[in-house]
Amino acid sequence: MTTAAPPRQTPRFAALGRGLKVRELGILLALVLIVLAATVRNPSFLFSADGYRDLLLTPSILLLVAVGQAIVIITRNVDLSVGSTLGLTAYLTGRLFIDVPGIPVIVVFAAGILFGAVIGFVNGALVAYAGVPALVITLGTLYILRGLNVAWAGSDRINASDLPRDFRGLGTGQIATIPILTIIAVLVLIAAAFYLRNTRGGREFYAIGSDPNAARLYGLRVNRRIITAFVVGGALAGLAGVLYAARYGTVSSGAGTGWELQAVGAAVIGGVAISGGSGTLWGAAIGAFLLLTINRALPILGIEDFWQRAVVGVLIIGAIVLDRLLALRQSRKLLEARETE
Amino acid sequence: MFQQFQRRGRLAAIAAVTVTVALAATGCSSAGGGGEGGGEGGGDTTITFLPKNLGNPYFDTSNAGGQEAVEEFGGTFAEVGPTEATPTSQVSFIQTAAQQGTSALVISANDPTAIGDALQEARDAGTKVVTFDSDTDPEFRDIFINQASAEGIAKVQVDLIAEQIGDQGQVAILSASANATNQNAWIELMQEELEANHPNIELVDVVYGDDDDQTSFDRTAALLQTYPDLAGIISPTTVGIAAAARYLSTSEFKGQVALTGLGTPNQMREYVEDGTVTAFALWNPADLGYLAAYAAKALVDGDITGEEGDTFEAGKLGEYEVGADGVVLLGDPFEFNADNIGDFDF
Repeated sequence: MTTAAPPRQTPRFAALGRGLKVRELGILLALVLIVLAATVRNPSFLFSADGYRDLLLTPSILLLVAVGQAIVIITRNVDLSVGSTLGLTAYLTGRLFIDVPGIPVIVVFAAGILFGAVIGFVNGALVAYAGVPALVITLGTLYILRGLNVAWAGSDRINASDLPRDFRGLGTGQIATIPILTIIAVLVLIAAAFYLRNTRGGREFYAIGSDPNAARLYGLRVNRRIITAFVVGGALAGLAGVLYAARYGTVSSGAGTGWELQAVGAAVIGGVAISGGSGTLWGAAIGAFLLLTINRALPILGIEDFWQRAVVGVLIIGAIVLDRLLALRQSRKLLEARETE
Repeated sequence: MFQQFQRRGRLAAIAAVTVTVALAATGCSSAGGGGEGGGEGGGDTTITFLPKNLGNPYFDTSNAGGQEAVEEFGGTFAEVGPTEATPTSQVSFIQTAAQQGTSALVISANDPTAIGDALQEARDAGTKVVTFDSDTDPEFRDIFINQASAEGIAKVQVDLIAEQIGDQGQVAILSASANATNQNAWIELMQEELEANHPNIELVDVVYGDDDDQTSFDRTAALLQTYPDLAGIISPTTVGIAAAARYLSTSEFKGQVALTGLGTPNQMREYVEDGTVTAFALWNPADLGYLAAYAAKALVDGDITGEEGDTFEAGKLGEYEVGADGVVLLGDPFEFNADNIGDFDF
């Protein structure tokens, strides 16, 4: 093998950088192709007012949850309780509007985010200090929160007419043709992605996910970072819950069921390694877009309802196989580099 | 995280699993919330209502009707149910009800066969089984309370949509889950009715919203997107029609694409008033639950066995006769529109 690349960087980082670029470009390309195919088949997919709005709007709520999930996964944990957190917060949102007439919308948002953050804190503290795997803890909180939701909501539900009109307007409203929900989601994404990629604190999340023991030995405050990751994940799920109520208008005790897996799916498809330490929030965001856009595009491409879930499954497995191949290639390169030295 | 799990001792793993199971059990048992009636009445008739899922206003109303009837004849009423309308989610509730020695179980089946074994066990233990709203295969229950004949339901929805779109154009159906017994039967009959009497209406697609607000909402968006010439949507499920109405009301298609189907007045009121929906249909679910409770009592008391030709008294609704296959028919569907929706509150 010729040494084509100038050895300015160490080979490890060069290979890593290339791998990441390939990963995100790949799914971005897949997303663009799907949008193109659906648009060619039916121009209104992109060019009608509803089509354009829904293209941006539908994935926005999942995007928030997926970004939170990605932060947690990067620290080599997982938060399965986000779907239940979202559902409970959505119901809380409705109850606040019913029980406290005239409550300002901003207070409801703050309450939802705070509520999610508290749940995230409990999860994070249990994972960090009790040392029980996140999978188990958050599976437990998934059921506890859903149980609370059912006990609280019973067979009651929030109807669209219970929510103030201007609050529901947030769910469909647009500023300069961009849906408000999308603006919120993208702002959160930019802030979180910048923090994780460019700041010392952000890089520590990756360090912890790559090798928790090494991070501890190096003196990083591992527990604090892990709790932070869960708090952010929970807060974003809480925010998503408030937005869910605004967008869908009706909230029953089953709201948000299965979202945790969609969020994990979006992150994994977007190249966030489930074993922690690698991947970007941009990837997770594109993953969320891809996941939900595929659901909307497949019917237009004439693929039946029943096959849509299978396609999502194939995507997830494909993403993991791709990750594995990239990892193998990288370790082979590292070995070669070592031998030539 | 998986490696971490292995590295910890076996004991820790077992303890962790135990905790999870305990947590799961706590989560599940509280799913039985709602109007748990106690069941300690001592020898009286205990009737447990098991709807497809909780949080569904349709079943809230039918269960309220059931409760009214049970209180009239002095029995004990209980209501349990899963949060999600999935095929197997009702099994554990059936088993629990049977173990508690419930006199009769009144259930709306999420799947015609998946809960069959559990129902059979319950009946072997002496519990009478009445299905309402959605039936199982006949061998698994004693009586089915049919809200309206499938033909009547299919016809009223086809008539409504035909009237609203001027008897021509493309229509689509937004259903509940793909294996929901009653929806599938209605859809088949709607197709026949359309072919026979409405040659200018084309049914272009049937999509499934799984009786979930969000899924139904997104499916509606996809339908409007996929078929730009769509003239109308029929949604034979209360969750579906409300979600579709909500999407339509904020869409560029509001007022252009007609929407009808089966809905409840409280959920549809806003959309009838803002002009998104002209008219929709339903029977009175309170009467349905009421009749089911009386049928359950008649079975428990031994007044009827579910044979064709058996008759029983159902309080304010009068006398009913059991038809072929143990089916009791409630009556004709009712049409709701802007003029009469104010008279109803369920």
